[in-house]
Amino acid sequence: MISENSPIILSVNDLTANVDGTQILKGMNLEIKAGEIHAIMGPNGSGKSTFSKILAGHPAYEVTGGEVSFLGQNLLELEPEDRARSGVFLAFQYPLEIPGVSNLDFLRVAYNSRQKHQGLEELDAFDFDELVQQKLDVVKMDAAFLHRSVNEGFSGGEKKRNEILQMALLEPKLGILDETDSGLDIDALKIVADGVNQLSNPDNATLMITHYQRLLNYVVPDYVHVMANGRIIRSGTKDLALELEERGYDWVLDEAAAGVA
Amino acid sequence: MSIQVSPTLPDVESEIRSELGLSGSAQKRQACLSRLLELAIASPSPASWLQSLRDRATAQVQSQSFPSNRNEGWRFTDLSDLLGIEFAAAANSSVQLADLAAYVLPEAEHSRLVFVDGVYAPHLSALSHLPATLQVGNLAALAEPDELLSYLAQQSGADELFTALNTAGLSDAAVIVLPKQLVVDPPIHLLFVATGGDPRSAQADQRPTLTQPRCLVVAGVNSALTLIEDYVTLGSGVCLTNAVTEIWLAENVQVNHTRVQRDSLAAFHIGKTAVSQARSSRYIGNALSFGAALSRHHLEIYQTGEQTETTLNGLTMIAGTQVGDLHSAIALTQPYGTTRQLQKCIVGDRAHAIFNGKVLVPRAAQLTDAGQLNRTLLLSPKARVDTKPQLEIVADNVKCTHGATVGQLEADEVFYLQSRGIDAASARRLLVYAFAYEIIDQIAIASLKQTLCQFITSHTD
Repeated sequence: MISENSPIILSVNDLTANVDGTQILKGMNLEIKAGEIHAIMGPNGSGKSTFSKILAGHPAYEVTGGEVSFLGQNLLELEPEDRARSGVFLAFQYPLEIPGVSNLDFLRVAYNSRQKHQGLEELDAFDFDELVQQKLDVVKMDAAFLHRSVNEGFSGGEKKRNEILQMALLEPKLGILDETDSGLDIDALKIVADGVNQLSNPDNATLMITHYQRLLNYVVPDYVHVMANGRIIRSGTKDLALELEERGYDWVLDEAAAGVA
Repeated sequence: MSIQVSPTLPDVESEIRSELGLSGSAQKRQACLSRLLELAIASPSPASWLQSLRDRATAQVQSQSFPSNRNEGWRFTDLSDLLGIEFAAAANSSVQLADLAAYVLPEAEHSRLVFVDGVYAPHLSALSHLPATLQVGNLAALAEPDELLSYLAQQSGADELFTALNTAGLSDAAVIVLPKQLVVDPPIHLLFVATGGDPRSAQADQRPTLTQPRCLVVAGVNSALTLIEDYVTLGSGVCLTNAVTEIWLAENVQVNHTRVQRDSLAAFHIGKTAVSQARSSRYIGNALSFGAALSRHHLEIYQTGEQTETTLNGLTMIAGTQVGDLHSAIALTQPYGTTRQLQKCIVGDRAHAIFNGKVLVPRAAQLTDAGQLNRTLLLSPKARVDTKPQLEIVADNVKCTHGATVGQLEADEVFYLQSRGIDAASARRLLVYAFAYEIIDQIAIASLKQTLCQFITSHTD
């Protein structure tokens, strides 16, 4: 949902970054306002997953230049946990398994660390249980999953639903979905997409990173960006995604190369 | 299937000694062993029937030398810190139940045997909730102790140096004898307390002490038992605990055994667990090692009947400059035996973990299935592990697997938790806990499980 007067949630200016001395991002620019849903598409190796991890603060990447402003504050100077507590959420492509830690306990620790950071009341096990029961519906998850170890033995679809459940609880200002559609069958994809749509509102924003257009049939983006070689080379509306689906990435890459030349 | 047959190195030390004469360090080792043996022999012998056992063990000790790292079995575990220490026998101490509050298990409130510095402490023990047919108590108080002669110090490997040293000084022991068919419901908690350097100890000069706890379990046909063997120290003085536990499982017996070593960081701990399993018996052993400056645990399983099952779970969690060594040996001697072994090590700072896992599958042990896995988590760049699977397989129709993994906490794992708002230090604690939990979860006693979980969380930074 686009509204000209909405506050800016994320503003990325000329961001460059390295991993192991190799430049991965070569001048990213992106602005996301409240209420908007953006999708970044692009061929493998274009840097789109790297971009999502840098926003969340992954230590393996070194930012070498540019700025990232999140709700008016310098995001790059925050530790990953403080970014999360301030309202950045990254749904992982490969969520981690944590044997021995119940999903319920994990969710409560995560929830309370955000509450504490924002000066809000932390919930005890009883009250939290009530809250989480309501959120389970968002991703049609069975309560039995709460008492299993975090992601341990979960199917691919269950892991992704668990990511969206975490997002539902943490109510981020910016939800970043990194290849959330990968490895999902159509039923699981619909459940996940439905969850994302339920969580989207005029006060928050969603950034989807995806290789395929399929997810965008269910979570309809306001803007679609094509990323290649570490920067955004073209932006458009959802029609751009359909065109990419039909024609592949080569024509955009060619046009961009011609434009540079 | 992958098989590694490790060559056994000859004991080179005796050859070297004969060539060079006794070197200075060899003299020191002999002096240390003589001193320890003297202390052992000086302990009171309550019965004449024990004396012959003690004499035989004394001779076994005298025929051996104190190990150095030239012995293959002690390559990574350096006992030289023991050499300069003038050990003394522990004096009577005045430990009260309140001193042990942290170690009392509610599940075994009325089924607890406490030994302080190797001496039975009736005022700290509680045995009211146990079946009348169960023989449980200390050796010295048993009515017909000589019935135990065919079990006490009769396991293979009883002539090993430290086991023999314990037997040479055998004056009392925790004894549990289950008649056939008896299923003991409450877990039995054996609490072995060492008071080295503790203010409650009557030891005026606070000299380092030697204590030699001993335990014998004989389980009759079809019986079942849950046993917790727990080593703790009061005070932070130097002490050497040299413990031996022998467990005999008759046909179709089930024993669930958890051994916890949580001595002080000034302590030295050498321990033996020898288990003999008759046909169709099931032994589940959980061995957890947290304490002691240096610890060495010999875990020996002898499957003597067909269709026996052995499950061994182990966790060594050490930091600082601790050394934690597990040497296990599993002998499958009959057909259809199975063993499952999972040994985990969490090593911080400059600590050093050692795992040597021997599995013997002779020709008679056809159609057996042996699995072994050692997983180590190194928490610091200076932490070290030496891991050595040692499979000796002669039988040709068997399934044997082994594996070893060594890793660090993955940056991606810590990041995942951070990205949910959990700070880096808490994230690391949670991941270490998760790594350890697979073993802790096997413990049958809820309160002990909880205590150890808290210990793990509070010892990760």
